[in-house]
Amino acid sequence: MTSYDVIVIGGGHAGCEAASAAARLGARTALVTHKKETIGVMSCNPAIGGLGKGHLVREIDALDGLMGRVADAAGIQFRLLNRRKGPAVRGPRTQADRRLYREAMQREIDAIENLDVIEGDAFDLLTDDETVAGVIMKDGRVFRAAAVVLTTGTFLKGLIHVGDRKIPAGRVGEAPSVGLSETLCRFGLRLGRLKTGTPARLDGRTIDWDRVGRQGPDEDPVPFSFMTDTILNRQIECGVTRTTDATHKIIADNIHRSAMYSGQIEGVGPRYCPSIEDKIVRFGERDGHQIFLEPEGLDDDTIYPNGISTSLPEDVQAAFIRTIPGLESVAILQPGYAIEYDHVDPRELQLSLSVRKMPGLFLAGQINGTTGYEEAGAQGLVAGLNAALAAMGREPFVFSRTDSYIGVMIDDLTSRGITEPYRMFTSRAEYRLSLRADNADMRLTPAGIELGCVGEERRTRFGSWKGAYEEGRTLLRSLSITPNEGARHGLKLNQDGQRRTAFDILAFPDQTIEGLRPLWPQLEAIDPRVSGALQIDAAYAVYMERQAADIAGIRREESATIPDDFDYSDLPGLSNELKQKLAQQRPRNLAQAMKVDGMTPAAVSLLLSWLRRQERRAQRVAGQAAQ
Amino acid sequence: MQITDTIYALSSGALPAGVAVIRISGPATADVIGRLCGALPQPRRAALRTIRTRNGEILDSGLVIYFPGPASFTGEDCCELQVHGGRAVVHAILDALAGFEGLRHAEAGEFSRRAFQNGKLDLVEVEGLADLITAETEMQRRLAIEQSGGGQSALYQGWARRLTHARAMIEAELDFADEDDIPGSVSETIWSDMAKLAGEIDAHIDQAGLAEIIRDGLKIVIAGEPNAGKSSLLNALAKRDIAIVTEIAGTTRDVLSVDLSLAGFSVKLYDTAGLRETDELVEREGIRRAREVIGHADLILLLSEKPGDFVWNEPVGNDVPVIRVATKIDRNGANWAPGQADLFLSTKTGDGIADLLEELKAHLPDLAGRTSLAMPSRKRHVDCLKQASAALARSLAVEGLDIQAEQLRMASDALGRITGRVDVENLLDVIFSEFCVGK
Ligand SMILES: Cc1cc2nc3c(=O)[nH]c(=O)nc-3n(C[C@H](O)[C@H](O)[C@H](O)COP(=O)(O)OP(=O)(O)OC[C@H]3O[C@@H](n4cnc5c(N)ncnc54)[C@H](O)[C@@H]3O)c2cc1C
Ligand SMILES: Nc1nc2c(ncn2[C@@H]2O[C@H](COP(=O)(O)OP(=O)(O)O)[C@@H](O)[C@H]2O)c(=O)[nH]1
Ligand SMILES: [Mg+2]
Repeated sequence: MTSYDVIVIGGGHAGCEAASAAARLGARTALVTHKKETIGVMSCNPAIGGLGKGHLVREIDALDGLMGRVADAAGIQFRLLNRRKGPAVRGPRTQADRRLYREAMQREIDAIENLDVIEGDAFDLLTDDETVAGVIMKDGRVFRAAAVVLTTGTFLKGLIHVGDRKIPAGRVGEAPSVGLSETLCRFGLRLGRLKTGTPARLDGRTIDWDRVGRQGPDEDPVPFSFMTDTILNRQIECGVTRTTDATHKIIADNIHRSAMYSGQIEGVGPRYCPSIEDKIVRFGERDGHQIFLEPEGLDDDTIYPNGISTSLPEDVQAAFIRTIPGLESVAILQPGYAIEYDHVDPRELQLSLSVRKMPGLFLAGQINGTTGYEEAGAQGLVAGLNAALAAMGREPFVFSRTDSYIGVMIDDLTSRGITEPYRMFTSRAEYRLSLRADNADMRLTPAGIELGCVGEERRTRFGSWKGAYEEGRTLLRSLSITPNEGARHGLKLNQDGQRRTAFDILAFPDQTIEGLRPLWPQLEAIDPRVSGALQIDAAYAVYMERQAADIAGIRREESATIPDDFDYSDLPGLSNELKQKLAQQRPRNLAQAMKVDGMTPAAVSLLLSWLRRQERRAQRVAGQAAQ
Repeated sequence: MQITDTIYALSSGALPAGVAVIRISGPATADVIGRLCGALPQPRRAALRTIRTRNGEILDSGLVIYFPGPASFTGEDCCELQVHGGRAVVHAILDALAGFEGLRHAEAGEFSRRAFQNGKLDLVEVEGLADLITAETEMQRRLAIEQSGGGQSALYQGWARRLTHARAMIEAELDFADEDDIPGSVSETIWSDMAKLAGEIDAHIDQAGLAEIIRDGLKIVIAGEPNAGKSSLLNALAKRDIAIVTEIAGTTRDVLSVDLSLAGFSVKLYDTAGLRETDELVEREGIRRAREVIGHADLILLLSEKPGDFVWNEPVGNDVPVIRVATKIDRNGANWAPGQADLFLSTKTGDGIADLLEELKAHLPDLAGRTSLAMPSRKRHVDCLKQASAALARSLAVEGLDIQAEQLRMASDALGRITGRVDVENLLDVIFSEFCVGK
């Protein structure tokens, strides 16, 4: 029997990151997936990144993950969203050529030495003594592993709806995964049902492009990956059109035939990704809803009409689509559909994404109730790293709300659970000003290097970048000027007699390193690669300082971890109600405990003093053992 | 184990009393009442019942009122027993309650805490309730009622809603920038509303002084040279001998105070050591303390028995009135010419005391015509309000939508700390209810 350190089930966005992350840490890894050729398939829209999501891609990249590099290789319309609204909320996004994306991902997976790809349907999990010990395939093969990462996406008891037609499937044309859903039930995990949807695909050759508007790419595409210097793909435009009154009428008249509205679907769908039916029912009076016509590839005529996902019957889809300007005689290649699937309540997970009730099992991606490639990929990274660490007997590596969007997402999922598919937004991050897409490398790469998941090439490149950055900052801080001297050079500063450094001055609107060059010719020495970063850091410096104290507080609370088997009934002085709630919600650390309803300051200090006592006891024991 | 214990306590005042009220709250309430008093009375109707132990022994008879949750004070099933207020009766009933499985005596403030946890009261209302229970003057009662009845919370919640709405609009612009349904131009109206909000919060903060006067009383300090008759005046106004009075200058060494009720307001009257140069250690300390209360005074009565002795060099706020009072006019009234003092009185004869009281009333806050007493009555409120207002001001001054949004977040955190909290899910709810976002 073949045996691995880590087996990852599912070759989607979560699975690929998980497999790569585990392998980067040196674990002997296998990726079990239905078909080799569907590795890296984008189930829904052909785009990566966006607001909040772009941050996740940058963070995956900072830890040497795949998604950023692959998106750079496949991107055909790069746009930096919110360019004018402040660096903290800028979100890199690109449309991706589906085929290029899949191929680039498969190349990355193939290139990993200590990774085997195994084709087939994983049907059950092998357990040893209440611990997951491997995978049992539908065809009877068994593979052993010290840790298993499950990333089966929308495949668990997946059920596609088109009008009143129901097709068991994980994606269109692919069989669902039934066995594993039973396995998770058997483990006593709480499962829920969610739904999502996708629009019809159109034949671009049958679209009247003269009747639709255009949206172009950025002139100067900004890549996702720290490792990418330039984007080589040709950049394309996409079309923009809108629904009409006639569209709305057809949908309204047929609403009872939509799987969503006929009561066929029990799963909850995301509010921020509504079907066109939802839009008409909730905001019908609008003068039309915008639709982007996104080419699925450079040499692919398939068009993804972004904005009209639906579960109406095929005839109704065809009818309403043809009321849209430009689409009057469009040919439909594949109808839109809604899909329902099982997910696991993410409160069953620890911050490492390991299942509490089942040591050795890790979950990542859509199976945890999230939606989106980036959310899936980021979780895959976390689960893959931790599965490898667990297999090697090392301590888990957890992310914090204060260091990354990844940390925000995992904290949200594991502490609050979900009521609709979870998607990243920048407004979910309370330390948004500190957690920027532009500083993801500075935030995470050093930790990744220490952990061992960052390859040689990136380590060298990052080292030289960081050196240049620090030199530049030191230089900016060493140069200073009084308001009077400044005035002589045309710099309007507050006449308070205060000397200001070049770094301070950069915090004022409209000041640039370039602009300060006449004053300080030495600034020429600043490496152009880092001047953008220095500029932004200078602008945010005061806010960073203000947040630093908050962040330090949260870090302290987060680092006071509460053991998973902690018995609250042992803790004197807590009310029964509170004990019950804490036992149910099982906060992982003091920061999460403070968010439990009814937690009083007195209860927090009780809990904290108990944790401190445990810590001291553990240190004493360790000390004695050392002697 | 039950998730929630059922709690009970004597909720009325000290025993013995004519009537005592015992309150019970929690899931076992109905069961307990059934076993103590027979059939459960109709909700919210007083019913006369015999109260018995589990062995059928009669404890008392009294009125029983049952409030099924959530329409009760705590939001849980609640019951009030109005029984005879004898010590033995009440203790016997409390003992009987203690005998039930899952019942325990309430901790201090636990009924209110449950009301808070069940969303029946917010923090401001809980504080208001505590104030209502301790209110001694009419104005304290009115202030506390405003607060516990939710008047003040409604004001804060209204502000919080405006702020949440503003934030949702700005966040929508940040998080859904690529959607055509989000109008980029809402900002204009949002920012002008935020400027208005900052103004309203500042005006509200200005009321804090008034609220403090109502809650803690108007602080009047009696000052003047030794032997001017300060302690005598304190005793006369308090109508009892509080301060020692002798003809020896420097008798009063410490700050003495007495609470009076004047026209519905509470007034705190301070007697101080006469201010003079002295080497005497104890008197020096007394003078230091006198200066300290003078620093916090709302009004000063400066006493003197001779026209020439109204010397006043103490630093006090600009708006703190100093009223010159001529004393002992039974003995030396002839020495004074009109206009040399604001008031003339004698504690011996009582002449001028009524005039003094009239004068003091004129310095009490004028609440005529005010319908609402919603004002920040605690330092905690004022601190949070100031933080909110400062953050709003910054949000209007800085550049960069991300940074402006950060200031709004700080403002809403600060406002949220007064009553409860705002959550990001809350923001997203507003966004999704107003905009059709998502592709
Ligand atoms: C119809 C549809 C519409 C969507 N719409 C949107 C949208 O509008 N916006 C958005 O952000 N996201 C959308 N998504 C979600 C997005 O596609 C997913 O969030 C993302 O792909 C999840 O990644 P994953 O790695 O968790 O799973 P997936 O990408 O689904 O990958 C799962 C992989 O696991 C394999 N697998 C499953 N079961 C087994 C098994 N038993 N044995 C072996 N291999 C197995 C599958 O073959 C597949 O390769 C949509 C998805 C679908 C299907
Ligand atoms: N005749 C008369 N004597 C007074 C009056 N008020 C105070 N005294 C006397 O003045 C002396 C000093 O009074 P006291 O109140 O102790 O003055 P203090 O030092 O300012 O506190 C005492 O002997 C009092 O009896 C008054 O109104 N009439
Ligand atoms: Mg005296």
